[in-house]
Amino acid sequence: MTVPYTDQFAAFSANGGGEGPAWLPALRAQAFERFSALGFPTTRDEDWHFTSVTPIAERTFKAVKAAPTALTLSDIEPWLVDESWQRLVFVNGRLEPALSNFSELPAEVQVSTLSEALREEPEWVKKHLGTLAAFDRAAFTALNTAFMQDGVVVRIPKGEVVEVPLHILHVTDTQAAGAAVHPRLLVVAEAQSQLVMIESYVGLGQASYLVNGVAEISVGDGARVDHYKIQRDSLEAFHVGTVQVTQGRDSIYHSFSYAAGAALSRTNVYTKLVGTGGEARLNGLYVLDGTQHADHQTFVEHLAESCASRELYIGILDGASHGVFNGKVYVDPIAQKTDGKQTNKALLLSDKARIDTKPQLEIFADDVKCTHGATIGKLDDQALFYLKSRGIGSDNARALLTYAFAAQVLETIEVDALRLLLERAIFARFTNLALE
Amino acid sequence: MLKISDLHANASGKEILKGISLTVNAGEVHAIMGPNGSGKSTLAQVIAGHPGYEVTGGTIEYDGKDLLDMEAEERAQAGVFLAFQYPVEIPGVTNAYFLRAAFNELRKARGEEEVDPMEFLDIMEEKLKLVEMDATMMQRSVNAGFSGGEKKRNEILQMAVLAPKLAVLDETDSGLDIDALRIVAGGVNALKRPDNATIVVTHYQRLLDYIVPDSVHVLAGGRIIKSGGKELALELEAKGYDWLLEPAGV
Ligand SMILES: Nc1ncnc2c1ncn2[C@@H]1O[C@H](COP(=O)(O)OP(=O)(O)O)[C@@H](O)[C@H]1O
Ligand SMILES: [Mg+2]
Repeated sequence: MTVPYTDQFAAFSANGGGEGPAWLPALRAQAFERFSALGFPTTRDEDWHFTSVTPIAERTFKAVKAAPTALTLSDIEPWLVDESWQRLVFVNGRLEPALSNFSELPAEVQVSTLSEALREEPEWVKKHLGTLAAFDRAAFTALNTAFMQDGVVVRIPKGEVVEVPLHILHVTDTQAAGAAVHPRLLVVAEAQSQLVMIESYVGLGQASYLVNGVAEISVGDGARVDHYKIQRDSLEAFHVGTVQVTQGRDSIYHSFSYAAGAALSRTNVYTKLVGTGGEARLNGLYVLDGTQHADHQTFVEHLAESCASRELYIGILDGASHGVFNGKVYVDPIAQKTDGKQTNKALLLSDKARIDTKPQLEIFADDVKCTHGATIGKLDDQALFYLKSRGIGSDNARALLTYAFAAQVLETIEVDALRLLLERAIFARFTNLALE
Repeated sequence: MLKISDLHANASGKEILKGISLTVNAGEVHAIMGPNGSGKSTLAQVIAGHPGYEVTGGTIEYDGKDLLDMEAEERAQAGVFLAFQYPVEIPGVTNAYFLRAAFNELRKARGEEEVDPMEFLDIMEEKLKLVEMDATMMQRSVNAGFSGGEKKRNEILQMAVLAPKLAVLDETDSGLDIDALRIVAGGVNALKRPDNATIVVTHYQRLLDYIVPDSVHVLAGGRIIKSGGKELALELEAKGYDWLLEPAGV
């Protein structure tokens, strides 16, 4: 059997992919070799039991053509959310400087494209790139590493608190129909620094494409990174995203993953708590309809004492959609006083909708507190009656309770403009009322 | 205003109300007392239109209409209000939003303009004072994490905002300390008008010191076994229910 993407990788290596410091083409080649050996995962693979990637594996997505975009600022305006946010805008995988604006970041904060960073600080990049997101057992990460191009590198120096959110917006339009983009993000937040980052994906026009992203985030001692991933890709698109985090002592990593787009999506949020007293907050909301499929896998590795992890994932499934939540927690023998809590709740709005949820706890320390809970349900009849008894009609009462279900996790969003955006979006989706 | 005739109702296939007849006129306050499990809440829920109870016989006429033929929301829009014995928590919907949505639904049903959030704020201010509730409660999710007393006060607040014609209070006094009881009763009295009526379900005669009933009924075993004036409540307080139960065959 011929390995898919072999020709594409050869062409890429000969044309651009071979550039950069000598270690980079070697890393790409190694990653591609690993991808060739692994192949795409199948449902026999434990981590992919409920998600078949056959629709991705059975075709070969092209490389995106390096054509200039016709999109203007007014086309992307609705997706900017807040004008004050600093932004890097990518269209079909390529940075568009004319649409981007990150000039108001503190001078000490380095934000650059991967190629710039490779030119200016190759040694520093080498020290971090690919060291967090291992690809030896992850085919999609291997594929990303082989093909990654216009990535983003963010470095927050020690003690720097970045007040203004940084928005990395990936727009894909019909120019990328049938193509794959492999966004790459490397964030190093040094000790005591803070960063709020929004990574969003939107599809303009109906196109089928593959987004295969990898983010590597290092949260230093006492540092805090808030990371919002907002996935609103085209309903014909495929989206695979892996976030691999490592957390130092007393650090906070707060992640929120919103998945409303794509025909098939898989989001992996993995964090390693390597310093004592670290805290991971992993939250998410998936809202699906039609034949959409969205899979979230989280993996929290408690590798040090006295760390806490809090997970709340909420799904609202309509039509014949299929949601998957797989929350893995590993508690190392050394990780005494671990405090872990995981909750997954799904609301099924139709008889054909389906959720598969699987907590996986591996605990090797004895002095730990780890709980998990999953509830799958319909709207609460008592609450429905309560609303109706106040004069609120059946449809509005249902809509309000559906919104309320999502609101439980939306309230964990600490960026006001983003929380409002999603509250309004969910409210408008399920009700014909106005939310003020 | 309300005429209940020979009402029978089941829950989970079991008969709970076994022939209740009760007439309430405009301007009146009726108290319903009775032992635990006698069917008081069932009666209240059937009046409000809870779909979990099956009415197997009898009629309820409200303002000349067949109440049993109306959906719960239609009853509310027609002026029926139930203060729940166990108010429901709705995390994710603020009290302010919930109350305004309900208020506007009732206005729409009467063919009136909806009010905007600013206008509603003014309306709320006065009602909050009535039940001595802090304005910050409006920004909290409906009943979520409220203490027992806060939940009961929130029911009366809703009643004050929605200004019902027929209010049914299901053990709104249970679990309240004397101050909270005074506030709740004060709220009910302030809302009393000649053209509305109130049914108070209670265990304790002490509430009736504040809300003076025109009639008192004893509900036991799914039937009204005795009716009388306000002095019946005092008699029940002194003697309990047993002297009534045996002769009634309960
Ligand atoms: N939904 C229900 N399903 C089954 N039994 C019920 C239900 N609601 C009430 N009951 C039963 O009906 C009886 C009367 O209950 P209730 O009306 O709550 O009494 P009260 O309010 O007078 O204490 C009790 O025996 C109770 O267990
Ligand atoms: Mg009761």
